[in-house]
Amino acid sequence: MSRSLKKGPFIDIKLEKKVLMNVEASKKTVIKTWSRASMISPDFVGQTIAVHNGNKFIPVYITENMVGHKLGEFAPTRLFRGHAGKKNKGNK
Amino acid sequence: MARIAGVDIPNKKRGEIALTYIYGVGRSTAQKILTKAGVDWNLKAEEWTDDQQNDIRNVLSENYKVEGELRSETQMNIKRLMDIGTYRGIRHRLGLPLRGQNTKNNARTRKGRKKTVANKKMAVK
Repeated sequence: MSRSLKKGPFIDIKLEKKVLMNVEASKKTVIKTWSRASMISPDFVGQTIAVHNGNKFIPVYITENMVGHKLGEFAPTRLFRGHAGKKNKGNK
Repeated sequence: MARIAGVDIPNKKRGEIALTYIYGVGRSTAQKILTKAGVDWNLKAEEWTDDQQNDIRNVLSENYKVEGELRSETQMNIKRLMDIGTYRGIRHRLGLPLRGQNTKNNARTRKGRKKTVANKKMAVK
């Protein structure tokens, strides 16, 4: 079910603050965050955000197309290397 | 035979049903179109007068996206997901279900026919 419009988009307050500070100072520092559920607002465009995937931070460069998606969508949490015994044994 | 929205040639069925042969038009849309064009739902497609056909065409082209245009829109949406690297886009690329369904068993609609792995049981032992 989609989120109620009344509430507006969810963006982690601290993350939003950091992004806005970056935008004001027109800096492009990488912002680390664990807040995968945060929506990408138009302010984020052009910033690089390092999204935690449970193991490490995945840097995500935000483009215009990504607005409206959540940060977690861009940092996969699972790694699938293929099934055992398949012919492509050697490549990891 | 009536020819509406390009290639589609609905046949001897009731208008409400005949229109659903167009990609992007289902029962509900068909009913709305006919109501708006002022044509009885139960009239067969072959019984439509030329005027009625034109009314239907006009309603369709003004209010709805159908056939090729709709297909390309869907494809564009999928392509967008793949290009920006979302989870859903990646699942599209891999041909796996997008909405969190289990893939240990089933999911055959997305994965296609079963690919049997030879000697799978032996390998487990």
